[in-house]
Amino acid sequence: MTLVAEGTAPERMQRRELSERAFAWLLISPALLFILVIVVWPLAETIRLSFTDATLGGENFVGIANYAALFADPKFWQTVGRTFYWMALAVSLKLIVGLIGASLLNAAIPGKALFRVLVMPPWVIPVAIGVIGWKWMYNGYFGLISGLLQEFGLVEDRVALLATKTSAFYSAIVTDVWVGTPMVTLFFLAAMQGVSKDLYEAAWVDGASRWYRFRRITIPQIMPVIVSMALLSAIWTFNSFEIIWILTEGGPRGATTTLIIDTYKVAISSQRFGEGAARAVVIVVLLAAFSLFYLWFLNRVNRHYGAK
Amino acid sequence: MIDRLTLLQKIGVYIATFFFLLFILMPFIEMIRVSLRPMSHLMTADFTWWSEDFSLQAYRDMWVTVPLLGRYIFNSIFVASSVTLITMIVVIPAAYAYARLEFPFKSLSLGGFLAVNMFTGAVLLIPLYRVLRTLSMLNTYWAMIIPGVAFLIPTGIWLLRSYLEKIPRDLEEAAYVDGASRLYTLRRVVLPLAAPGLIVVGTAVFIGAYAQQFLFAITFNNVREIQPLPAGLYEFIGYQDVTWNEMMAAALTGITPVMIVFLFLQKYLVAGLTAGAVKE
Repeated sequence: MTLVAEGTAPERMQRRELSERAFAWLLISPALLFILVIVVWPLAETIRLSFTDATLGGENFVGIANYAALFADPKFWQTVGRTFYWMALAVSLKLIVGLIGASLLNAAIPGKALFRVLVMPPWVIPVAIGVIGWKWMYNGYFGLISGLLQEFGLVEDRVALLATKTSAFYSAIVTDVWVGTPMVTLFFLAAMQGVSKDLYEAAWVDGASRWYRFRRITIPQIMPVIVSMALLSAIWTFNSFEIIWILTEGGPRGATTTLIIDTYKVAISSQRFGEGAARAVVIVVLLAAFSLFYLWFLNRVNRHYGAK
Repeated sequence: MIDRLTLLQKIGVYIATFFFLLFILMPFIEMIRVSLRPMSHLMTADFTWWSEDFSLQAYRDMWVTVPLLGRYIFNSIFVASSVTLITMIVVIPAAYAYARLEFPFKSLSLGGFLAVNMFTGAVLLIPLYRVLRTLSMLNTYWAMIIPGVAFLIPTGIWLLRSYLEKIPRDLEEAAYVDGASRLYTLRRVVLPLAAPGLIVVGTAVFIGAYAQQFLFAITFNNVREIQPLPAGLYEFIGYQDVTWNEMMAAALTGITPVMIVFLFLQKYLVAGLTAGAVKE
């Protein structure tokens, strides 16, 4: 090294240190600006609007009237309950189906490379397009599912799955699981492939069965991925809009109305901005509380399985 | 050597895999089946698996029923590509800063970015509508591009940061010692090294932008000519007489270009995306 830098070493270090800060913030500023204008400001504005009776016509400050009306409405609490039930059920199913799928795709069988590609389509196409396909399959007259149920003698007559409350809700869940499963599966698969082969061989030498190895090696080893996918899926499922909107628009008679759908209907369809904003704020608070709790939980899980 | 699957077990795995993939691919199989059958037969006959009347007629008629189909396909790709381009321009410097530089509020601001992931546009639609109106962007491509970018920035930073962290620092330091400026080092040393990661993150952003353009399109845009594919087709689903076979043909045609590109990139993409999940 023949280069001689100017100044003494500490001086150089210091200059570098100072410009590093400024440079870092300069690099981040475009992203920051975007988030400030498109996310942070609208969020603040949503909070402000939630204390007004804003419509297209104008707005007046109404204090906590929107919240009071919301919390006094039993229908709202039903929607909250339904949303969490929707989230819990859909996320559990995604994780279970994803775990099964990943185990299958991880098995050493010819053709696995092809199978892995075949899992991906629902993930890479517009969600709305896949849901349009499901909407067709659910219809009562010529839909595939009604046809299959009749074929196997499970139902007498044609069933319009999206027309009755219970079946519409579970049909929407199935579609949501379908949308979310490929990504969960691929992440689980990647995590499984990262588990050291030595662990399995050692267990095998000791006579551990396949099921025992899955339970005692695979699951604990990929637990951090399972837990973080659960959080991501939960947030996405909670926020999911297109699936329900295209299938049922929240119907029949509110059976598939989640908080997001309710908010959209009030705020955008009926243009009651103030009331809609109050609902949006409730969603943000619920999601933030849920995420914080979950991150705390994730931390504990990571510590518990910390060796990785 | 660990125990291999017995023949019986293999058959079991194949059967289970078949049902798993059937669940995943069913809507596509059904869409293809429907697109190949005449509408009159679809509506009158009871459900049948197979019939003799397969034809490609719907793939011809759809261009008449959905006159803007070509536009929709173009719009979808154009919006997603624009979102990807702008997102990457914004994300690359930010990800570099988080991967390499030390500065005050580093982890706090990164946490702030990631917290954005908790929201979707749906929660912020009302004020977003006003922001876009103020900026005169309603009913333009920008109404779909700008919100799309904002909600993909956090994921982009996160993915690219973990990629950049894996690139050895030596080369950068060498360039820096040789008197290259920071910006020059970023442009001429880091970016070329990070090219595979940029492609992975870019593709992930593209998929995000392509898969989720429905909400912003139906809320912020009602100009038919610039509507992306899902929103454009959705409009037809609301009608009394939906020509389902043509809708399916149009939907399948619409997603084909991206599917083809994706087929070439998939191996690369999955490895890159999931790398973050596997590393400690």
